[in-house]
Amino acid sequence: MTQPRRSFQVGTGLFILLGFAALAYLATQTTSVANYTDGDNYLLKAKFSNIGQLKQRAPVKLAGVRIGSVKSIELDPQTLEALVTIGIDTRFHEIPDDSAAAIFTSGLLGDQYVGVQPGGSPVAFKDGDEFILTQSSMQLEDLIGKFLVSGDSSKAPAKPDAADPAAKNP
Amino acid sequence: MSRRSLTGDALAQVGAAGLFLFSILAAIPKSLRHFRETLRQIWFVGAMSLVIIMTCGLFVGMVLSLQLYYTLAKFGGTAALGTVVALSLFRELGPVVTALLFAGRAGTSMTAEIGLMRATDQLSAMEMMAVDPLAYVVAPRFIAGVIAMPLLACVFNALGILGAHAVGVSWLGLDNGTFWGNMSANVEVWSDLVNGVWKSTVFGAVIALIATFQGYTTPPTSEGVAYATTRTVVSSSIVVLAIDFVMTAFLM
Amino acid sequence: MNTSNHSPGSDSPEPASAAYVQIRGLRTVLGGKLLFDGVDLDIPRGKITAIMGPSGTGKTTLVRHITGQLAADAGQILVDGRNVPELSRRQLFELREGIGYLFQNSALLTDFSVFENVAFPLRQHLRLPEEIVRNIVLTRLQAVGLRGAAQLMPAELSGGMMRRVALARAMIRDPGLMIYDEPFVGLDPIALNQVLKLIRTLNDTLGITSILVAHEFAAVRRAADLVYLIAGGKIAAHGHPQELAERDSPWTRQFFGGEADGPVPFEYPARDYALDLGFPAAAA
Repeated sequence: MTQPRRSFQVGTGLFILLGFAALAYLATQTTSVANYTDGDNYLLKAKFSNIGQLKQRAPVKLAGVRIGSVKSIELDPQTLEALVTIGIDTRFHEIPDDSAAAIFTSGLLGDQYVGVQPGGSPVAFKDGDEFILTQSSMQLEDLIGKFLVSGDSSKAPAKPDAADPAAKNP
Repeated sequence: MSRRSLTGDALAQVGAAGLFLFSILAAIPKSLRHFRETLRQIWFVGAMSLVIIMTCGLFVGMVLSLQLYYTLAKFGGTAALGTVVALSLFRELGPVVTALLFAGRAGTSMTAEIGLMRATDQLSAMEMMAVDPLAYVVAPRFIAGVIAMPLLACVFNALGILGAHAVGVSWLGLDNGTFWGNMSANVEVWSDLVNGVWKSTVFGAVIALIATFQGYTTPPTSEGVAYATTRTVVSSSIVVLAIDFVMTAFLM
Repeated sequence: MNTSNHSPGSDSPEPASAAYVQIRGLRTVLGGKLLFDGVDLDIPRGKITAIMGPSGTGKTTLVRHITGQLAADAGQILVDGRNVPELSRRQLFELREGIGYLFQNSALLTDFSVFENVAFPLRQHLRLPEEIVRNIVLTRLQAVGLRGAAQLMPAELSGGMMRRVALARAMIRDPGLMIYDEPFVGLDPIALNQVLKLIRTLNDTLGITSILVAHEFAAVRRAADLVYLIAGGKIAAHGHPQELAERDSPWTRQFFGGEADGPVPFEYPARDYALDLGFPAAAA
């Protein structure tokens, strides 16, 4: 008598637990509450004057291959630039420390991601290093502004498939 | 049968169901004494529906992923797959499909069970033992429906997301980080996820009400029970979809 | 008819205080049919009173009035001094806690084992330690001879066993009034005698007031102290079964003698036969 009753209670408890676990999973994994962590990685910093639509957890790619993701985006109070923290998988530990980081858009409507262009330094990035060369997101307004004012910039070359005006950079 | 008497019958049914809801609500305080019975019903309507909910959730997520990928590819927007899948699941498909499955799986069994208890005098026997069948039989099932439905919808959503991920990322080769990143960037806990949970809670109450009402008022014959079971599925489906529209319009 | 005929003996319904159930001027219309038209009836304390009558006369309806499951159109129904039609739902439940009711089809709860069925009223109304519940339930099951079947499910029982389990359940809380609704229907002679013996023993040992709704006169005359015969919406006769059986009236003769036609017509009321068959000449 007490036996089946007890098992009902345990089973019901498990079911309710499962339901709430599903809710918790959805809330933490799929919504803005999500705090995504993947495997072992080391952190690099990059400052951009404009990150455009870059989001947390956006992919970081090198030669089109995903090597990590954006961990956090903050504003550097001193330089008034966006400070982007990037997590790179530990297995990609031989990235030259003079590599450049740029913000690209995948496709026309696609999302933005951080592209890493390898440099030639024999020394590799270590945890906590900062990218020296960065290129901000290509904002349509910026492009037009650049075209009109022809303001110079010391930034790394734009991606080849970007809009025409960028092509006149060195 | 004339149109007027059909409409009259339908109105009478709705009115009777409304009154029935009030008597259930009135019986809920008394039914708290039968807490074990409520647990037992959560087990029956919730845990026993898990297999069908999980299987369907997985497949709905998978097919959603496939279809939306095809559509989004036309606009070069496949990166938005995770977002679109999650939003359609949480806001719409999760609560509604779970509700329809719930009506078929748990609603029918509630109706048949109560109908047979009526037909075999078990409800009268309870009355004679000074046990209120509304408090002992109906209210626990109603509460179980209200509790189990949102939990099932969450499980359905979770499996749907996993299915969509399997198809989108593992099969179609979408980037894992883009999938999750876009999703988490655009899905809000309160306005999207919890919105759907609310919906499914209301659906659970509606289905449990219809199912227990049909069972409780069925003519005590085998034919009566059969008709009542069918009516449970038909009216729950219609009412769920109608309420879904109204709630969506208000919760937008 | 013979309503005024009065039986001698100790079972006289005259002293009202001795009656556990007292019905005055009961009138019921059910489904457009006048079922009771001024029924007066007394159920004496500590006796077994049988309510008999042809099928469809509302014997079950009468006991449902007594327990308040069905409201009458008019009349007074006093059960242990309380007027049933005036009771609230809560008061009705209080009243029913003191009534044991054996259903025609036993009405065991199919989800529960025999033990849990018998324990059900205890668990619902009293918070007793499991050990005491167990002892009470097993004593009652022992009384109906089914202690060994405690762990079976109702579906595993025969009709007679189900009836006995239902009996154990009905008497679990020592009710002041037991109502047996057609307890002999569908039982083989052995099971019938077992149930009959139980009803008699319960009454003899515990002095429970009992109402026995039945139409098997052979069984009733061995158990009942008093018989009410209902026919045509009224009390057609009442008295000690033995005395009633010997009385010469069309009702008793037909009912106890089992004649096919009599005051209880063989034919259901219908239009003129010839007219129905389409012979207009014959109708004239």
